[in-house]
Amino acid sequence: MDFDLMITSFPKLLGATVVTLKLLSASLFFGLFLGLFFAILRLNKNMFINKFAYGYSYIFRGTPLLVQIFIIYFGLGQIEYLRTTFLWVILKEPYWCAIIAFTLNTGAYTSEILRSAFQTIKLGIIEAGKSLGISNKIIFYKIQIPIAIRQSLPAYGNEIILMMKGTSLASTVTLMDLTGVAKYIISTTFKPIEVFIVAGGIYLFMTFIIHNVIKYLEKKYSFQQ
Amino acid sequence: MELLAFGKTGWGDELFYATLMTVAVSVTAMLVGFLFALIFTPLKLSKYKTLNLVGNFYTTVIRGVPELLVIYLFFFGGSGAIMYVASIFGYYEYIEINAFITGSMAIGIISGAYSTEVFRGAIQSIDKGQFEAAKVLGINKFGQFYKIILPQMLRLAIPNLSNVWQITLKDTSLISVTGLVEIMRQSYIAAGSTRDPLFFYSFAAVLYLLLTYVSMKLINKLEVRYSRGY
Repeated sequence: MDFDLMITSFPKLLGATVVTLKLLSASLFFGLFLGLFFAILRLNKNMFINKFAYGYSYIFRGTPLLVQIFIIYFGLGQIEYLRTTFLWVILKEPYWCAIIAFTLNTGAYTSEILRSAFQTIKLGIIEAGKSLGISNKIIFYKIQIPIAIRQSLPAYGNEIILMMKGTSLASTVTLMDLTGVAKYIISTTFKPIEVFIVAGGIYLFMTFIIHNVIKYLEKKYSFQQ
Repeated sequence: MELLAFGKTGWGDELFYATLMTVAVSVTAMLVGFLFALIFTPLKLSKYKTLNLVGNFYTTVIRGVPELLVIYLFFFGGSGAIMYVASIFGYYEYIEINAFITGSMAIGIISGAYSTEVFRGAIQSIDKGQFEAAKVLGINKFGQFYKIILPQMLRLAIPNLSNVWQITLKDTSLISVTGLVEIMRQSYIAAGSTRDPLFFYSFAAVLYLLLTYVSMKLINKLEVRYSRGY
């Protein structure tokens, strides 16, 4: 065991954690809106819109995240037309490509989580709202969405943790996130176990925090109050 | 389309073998995972606190750390660890482990953590009376598990195991970083030499979708088979 290496690599890895957290928070933020949008499409009675939203979630959940990042980072640059538009400013940056891929991926999972949450809402609650003369729009925003969010908290907590692990793939498109820096230190020092313990410890610590925050929120918004 | 031709002119046969490789790694990893689950599920269900701790340590660490980091640990640390063990027995030559073994071990350990959780949940949801009835009938421990608990457990475990299979299948794309030629690696090579990454990565996505689709259909059949009688 090389404790010196563990101590000297800790600040470097901690610095890289900031990149991981930035990637995670940005993709979760955009992914939540995307997920909500597609969950609403899934509830639509129009077959066409419904199938479209289902296709989106099926494709992004059925293929590895690595393929998605590679298509966006290596693949989209190949289209000549894209290079002339303003989109190219975003797409040439690996940072934004990673965020786009993560957003689309987490959006697909989030849409499934929210859809099943919407579907488990008891009809009686919506009927109660209707019989009180509340408009459909208000019922949706003030009754269905808050219940669905509460309902999907445990599953969404898992999704956050999965996404946090997913951000490690950013290292494959040259970004120096926690895993990227860990790999760099491993390949220069050939001490994989020491680096794994430190980097893994940081990841576990983040998992621990996320897990407990979600647990707290679940308790806070539980129905038995 | 000529890019996908079989033979020397296209990448069709290469991608076909790469797909077989992905399936082979996934199946091996899944089986390795079952072996790990076989060891760690009893530990997690044990009444001894220390054994519980060992089981929980395994599932928590593996499920809380990115797959890629575990793969790097195996990739860079695997041959070192084997050589260390070999040196105890007086063997000092350089040992290189095959990328297939490294990859399926790494993915297998990850898949095992998920399988352990699935089996634990399935065993815990079997009615306690079943265990007691088996005991009362004087069936030995092996028979209790093999003839009474396992068949009931499988029915409950299969839907969740199908999720584990999907996760495992998708995780195998990550071992392309070790140089094993599976779908992702082959697409990377093809994209590099034809300068057509969009096509090859999209085709890789289609291959993965095909694999997940076919395996879902097969698992659904299994599910029907194991829930007959319900």
